[in-house]
Amino acid sequence: MLVLSGFVLAPLALAEEPPTPPPQRSRELVRMVRQDCGSCHGLTLRGGLGPALLPEALRDKPPAGLKYTILLGRPGTAMPPWKTFLSEAEADWIVAQLLRGFPEESK
Amino acid sequence: MTMPRTWLLGLWMLFLSWPLLAWSGEPALRGTGDLGVIIERGAGRVLIVNTSANGIVGRVEGLGDLSHASVVFSRDQRYAYVFGRDGGLSKVDILRGTLEKRVVQGGNSIGGAISQDGKLVAVANYEPGGLKVFAADTLEPVADIPAAYGDGKLSKVVGIADLPGDRFIYSLFDADQIWIADLRDPKSPQVEKFGNIGKAPYDGLVTPDGRYYLAGLFGEDGIALLDTWQPQQGVKRILANYGRGEEKLPVYKMPHLRGWAVAGHQVYLPAIGRHEVLVADKINWKETARVPVRGQPVFVVARPDGRQVWVNFAFPDNGFVQVIDTLTGRIVQTLEPGKAVLHLEFTPRGEAVWISARDDNKVVVYDTASFAKRAELPVESPSGIFFTSRAHRIGF
Repeated sequence: MLVLSGFVLAPLALAEEPPTPPPQRSRELVRMVRQDCGSCHGLTLRGGLGPALLPEALRDKPPAGLKYTILLGRPGTAMPPWKTFLSEAEADWIVAQLLRGFPEESK
Repeated sequence: MTMPRTWLLGLWMLFLSWPLLAWSGEPALRGTGDLGVIIERGAGRVLIVNTSANGIVGRVEGLGDLSHASVVFSRDQRYAYVFGRDGGLSKVDILRGTLEKRVVQGGNSIGGAISQDGKLVAVANYEPGGLKVFAADTLEPVADIPAAYGDGKLSKVVGIADLPGDRFIYSLFDADQIWIADLRDPKSPQVEKFGNIGKAPYDGLVTPDGRYYLAGLFGEDGIALLDTWQPQQGVKRILANYGRGEEKLPVYKMPHLRGWAVAGHQVYLPAIGRHEVLVADKINWKETARVPVRGQPVFVVARPDGRQVWVNFAFPDNGFVQVIDTLTGRIVQTLEPGKAVLHLEFTPRGEAVWISARDDNKVVVYDTASFAKRAELPVESPSGIFFTSRAHRIGF
């Protein structure tokens, strides 16, 4: 029953908006995505050595897959795992921001 | 008695001519050999800097998306050609501090090169994958060479460099190939292709004599080597299996290769996914040493005299810079110039090095003999630093 409810709840949980990290951490995450992910995916996330991360490019991909791509990387490609630097909740939040259009860095 | 009179006359003439100089609007005459540009990554702007005065001379705006921008110089060292991530190719007049011309020639590009005679500028494109060549004076398109492979797919182009004879050499990231495009007759470029060079070349370099092309491989341990004096010998693999089969560390930033890797008779190269700099002999291309360093190297750059090699690192060690003494093969200095060190560039003869610290919004200038800080310049999210001395170096 517990297992079953886990299965039922998981997709619901993903559909909900992941909690926003504290302001300082949010700023760090935005900077990390723009600058460090940007070194392969472009500062504007339009793609580079890595593919584009704009909403229209990601729309058809399941958010859970995107989250695990961020956390675990994609073996056999240049995409590294980021789990050392990110929690699962933070990865969820990043995916949600990417899908709606990633925020710019505040100056 | 004549001395003071001459002096007075000189002063008087200066006094008379000063308003003329001030009103004529003519800038003072000067050369450009001690100038350079710094990319302000997020602002779509380049700064023009003076390496004699350690100062900022001017700013040029409107260059588009400059994340990962790179620059080559005209042979008269007056114009900087800036390659933007958004496919923009901009020609900046560094004497006047103006944007002379800008074309958006592709969707996504990474770098370019200028031909031996200075007449052609080639851009390496990710999207659409291929090479586009432009007239250096007008930026009019001259040639378009799609990087087609397999059944018509286009590969991202990386590692472009000029070769003697108005040729460009580059690698196809997705196709595991090296191509040489011969532009001596720009209307009908000849392309020579080399296949199976190794998995996923990520960048390349031409040695300062224009002879050897090295492509770093992301997909395997090793470097692809082509002797362009004897291309019929094909591509060889050097430093193969440098990882000894160990699993490599996650790579958070791709290293960059250029002819600065060569110091004397040795070549210093970043190891992918390892905290090491690989050293190879430039004659027989055998590994001679490896230097353990602070993190995963990104830029491994020899001082122009080859006595030192400076190294910066990928995230999360990107606050450090280390210096290798090439005589002993040891680290002699570890510096912390600032947060997120992205690039470093030596002055033409190497008495100083300029280092960009992106997250501290500054460029720091160090004396390379004493390692003392000489200057600090406020620059918004600085990335690449490019001095005009590159204009006369093969492979830059």
